[in-house]
Amino acid sequence: MDALIDLLPELWTATYETLYIVAMTLFFGGLGGLLVGLGLYLTRAGSILENKPLFFVLNLLVNFIRPIPFIIFLAAAQPLARAVTGSGIGNNAIIFTIALAASFAMARIVEQNLLTVTPGVIDAARSVGAGPIRIIFTVLLPEALGPLILGYTFIFVALVDMSAVAGYVGGGGLGNFALLYGYRQFNPIVTWAAVLLIIVLVQFVQFFGNYLARKALRR
Amino acid sequence: MALVSLRNVSKVYPPASKGAPSVTAIDSVSLDVEAGDIYGIIGYSGAGKSTLVRLVNALEHSTSGEIIVDGQDIAVLSERELRKVRLGIGMIFQQFNLLGSRTVARNVAYPLEVAGHPKEQRTARVAELLDFVGLADKAGSFPDQLSGGQKQRVGIARALATQPSILLADEATSALDPETTHEVLALLKRVNVEFGVTIIVITHEMDVIQTIATKVAVMDQGRVIERGPVFDVFSNPQAAASARFVSTVVKGVPSAAELAVLRERHTGRIVTLAFRDSAVDQTAVFGELSRAGVAFEVVYGGINEIQGRPFGHLTLALSGVDPVIDQVLAHIRTLTTVTEVR
Ligand SMILES: Nc1ncnc2c1ncn2[C@@H]1O[C@H](COP(=O)(O)OP(=O)(O)OP(=O)(O)O)[C@@H](O)[C@H]1O
Ligand SMILES: [Mg+2]
Repeated sequence: MDALIDLLPELWTATYETLYIVAMTLFFGGLGGLLVGLGLYLTRAGSILENKPLFFVLNLLVNFIRPIPFIIFLAAAQPLARAVTGSGIGNNAIIFTIALAASFAMARIVEQNLLTVTPGVIDAARSVGAGPIRIIFTVLLPEALGPLILGYTFIFVALVDMSAVAGYVGGGGLGNFALLYGYRQFNPIVTWAAVLLIIVLVQFVQFFGNYLARKALRR
Repeated sequence: MALVSLRNVSKVYPPASKGAPSVTAIDSVSLDVEAGDIYGIIGYSGAGKSTLVRLVNALEHSTSGEIIVDGQDIAVLSERELRKVRLGIGMIFQQFNLLGSRTVARNVAYPLEVAGHPKEQRTARVAELLDFVGLADKAGSFPDQLSGGQKQRVGIARALATQPSILLADEATSALDPETTHEVLALLKRVNVEFGVTIIVITHEMDVIQTIATKVAVMDQGRVIERGPVFDVFSNPQAAASARFVSTVVKGVPSAAELAVLRERHTGRIVTLAFRDSAVDQTAVFGELSRAGVAFEVVYGGINEIQGRPFGHLTLALSGVDPVIDQVLAHIRTLTTVTEVR
């Protein structure tokens, strides 16, 4: 317990780092997932921007990357992270790598949520002369908003999960804190404190996500 | 020049999977819809009705043929040019297809947003339209708070927002109960009469055709097998499929099985009289029978009002002596068609 009190400043820093990593990856990964997911949805057979080759490539990419365990993906994507962020280690590299992995995971969720929009409302929009861009912003995204929010809430938990291994590549955060000061120092109380904080964080976000989704669905 | 004119239009869908045959949904159809028509298109499921109507506003593209809308062949237009054409063609759907994330008022405003009308104009037009369909009090409701009939009214208001000259209705009443169906059909009739909107109505219910259409085309396996003024098709259907549709609303001539049942109860002579239009004077026909002292009983049939014109068949069981009956039937034959059934 005393050890934990001594470590409080580090704990707050770690919490802050986790929040930072998760917020950044939620933004970039979320955006990437939205783009790739929209790409999948729009280019599939029968959709408004049907494009078989593009759909094939996107679909293959998503199927290929999604099942790779993150810790392996982290190692495999390190050269790419170095090329893009200038360094293969540290918070920027981990943010890049998580965002990349999350984009592909989120892409499927986005695609599936968009598929719940009845094709008929898209016909209705087309029948009054709406073009593809307008349909995306005035029909697809608003109609799928509730499930999309739930999808983003779901991915948030995955992001917290992925950020926990940041320590392996010189990043910080609660996962690193738990390993460094708890596990390696044989101090379970310190580990549990980190776990507790993660649980609180996830619960809070889940609650907030549910609330927003309910508002979007007006239920 | 017809407002909508199809010339040898075909639509072939590519095979769903390798080795499967391609589907000819529309098979060289030619059709003319004149301004002011309420043109009914009837056919069984899979006949190609939806595909046909979706070709008119280019939601689907034809494989071959000309589709001339308001003097313009839309088959050659680019997607961008088609969007302008679509502003002049409203469409309503079986499943209503309202935007669940928008209120009733914002659903109706949607086509106006697409057309780029300024906000004040939109608000005024939406109020006017909701008033017309009788939903002024539902402006702020969401679609999932409305009944089916109310949703379709919103659909109609939305379809009319940009003052189109053509309205396409694909099974617009198929999800509604009979009473609501008639309310919606009455509304469509008003749209036609008050705003002069030409309406193409797709349906598989002959009742819908009978209630509002002026002309009808019967579709079967991608082809138009019969067409004409509603009264003509109802009173004298040529194709077997047309006759089947007509028989769903018009009780015409008894079938062989029905006749056998009638025969069990009536041993005398049985005749079927056609009453087509006001050309046949019912009073005169029945007057002949009573003057001759031939008693009769109406055992089958009915008279329908189609496009304001009476039409139907009545089957009578006659009792009296043969020479008298022969004589009176000879008189009645000068008035209308008489078919004696044995
Ligand atoms: N997108 C499509 N791809 C392949 N085949 C299609 C497609 N749309 C329709 N078809 C086929 O075209 C034919 C006509 O279909 P369509 O939907 O026009 O019929 P319909 O008369 O409207 O039937 P219903 O009364 O059931 O709505 C059917 O055989 C159908 O399977
Ligand atoms: Mg159909």
